[in-house]
Amino acid sequence: MEFTLKIWRQKSHNEKGEFISYPMDNVSPEMSMLECLDVLNETLMVRGEEPVAFDHDCREGICGSCGFVINGVAHGPERATIVCQLTMRHFRSGEELIIEPWRAEAFPLIKDLIVDRRSFDRIIEAGGYISVSTAQAPDGNAILVGKDAADQAMDAAVCIGCGACVAACPNGSSALFTGAKIAHLGILPQGKPERDGRALHMVAQMNAELFGNCTNIGECTGVCPKGISLEVIAIMNRDYLHASWKRREALEATIPPALERNTHRT
Amino acid sequence: MTRTAQGLDTAVGEIRALREEFWQNVTVPGSGDDLNQNLEKAGRVADFFELAELMCIDARERNESCGGHFREESQTAEGEALRDDEHYSYVAAWGYRGTGEPPELTKELLEFHNLHPSQRSYK
Repeated sequence: MEFTLKIWRQKSHNEKGEFISYPMDNVSPEMSMLECLDVLNETLMVRGEEPVAFDHDCREGICGSCGFVINGVAHGPERATIVCQLTMRHFRSGEELIIEPWRAEAFPLIKDLIVDRRSFDRIIEAGGYISVSTAQAPDGNAILVGKDAADQAMDAAVCIGCGACVAACPNGSSALFTGAKIAHLGILPQGKPERDGRALHMVAQMNAELFGNCTNIGECTGVCPKGISLEVIAIMNRDYLHASWKRREALEATIPPALERNTHRT
Repeated sequence: MTRTAQGLDTAVGEIRALREEFWQNVTVPGSGDDLNQNLEKAGRVADFFELAELMCIDARERNESCGGHFREESQTAEGEALRDDEHYSYVAAWGYRGTGEPPELTKELLEFHNLHPSQRSYK
């Protein structure tokens, strides 16, 4: 197969970027999009040019490292597919593929297709965990979880934190991501004790970052490589409202978001 | 997988030659001024040359068979691993002493008070 890859090249956050076209022939239809970039990088290296920088790790769709926009769609045209699992046979030979990084205020560009997604890490730090004593593994049957709850939690837990939802959202909102994290822990009995604080703190941190607000457009769920549904945003809003009401007396002063951590960002 | 003293000596020589070639001929595109994934990878390859050489040196030093380390020179008549507890009852820790310098061996002796090691049998 033959393609023209029109790729966004930008040396660093402070320098101007531009699209550069790279013609490619002999592309195997079985190659993944990332492997196609690997092949391109090999030829660039042989020519003495700088390879295209892009994030990648597991290449089996579970780590969340990779991701970029292809022809205007985050992770490309296939539904529920991340770019490492997107094979070239899904494109027509001769096509021009416009490849650019996630574009969002909250994800400052580092280089070429790599963006800084530490804003996601800070949201997780704010409450995306459960506090339990470690040591011996608990008895598997000690805490019973109904099939419905287990399924619902798992549907949210499949979020790999790639950032496609933010990149696809016209507002640059991270509601789907934060919602998935809040939902998957809050639905399970192990996550219930911290449910209120989790919703309050994670939403506060999300608001402190440079994400926009959710206006129920739904593009996020459309591009999500794991097909996470908008329901998680409703769960987040419900948990947040519930916690705000329960703690309304304490909340007269707004919860201070962890702004000081943002100062580390360059 | 088995090892011999001669094979390990050959390996050390080959790794050193490869490492020398790497440092002479390596091409790293880009610069060190911004994020450079290729520089990162080149650094990892350089580390692996040192690690690979050290693994061979360590295996060469231990003239016995023990666990996954099977030295052909040290086996029973039946072809089973033969330990040499008199000389090798220690855990080896190697210290880096600079490029081209042989690493320094520190031994942490294994002392057995109640249960004493004996020849294993998987039969």
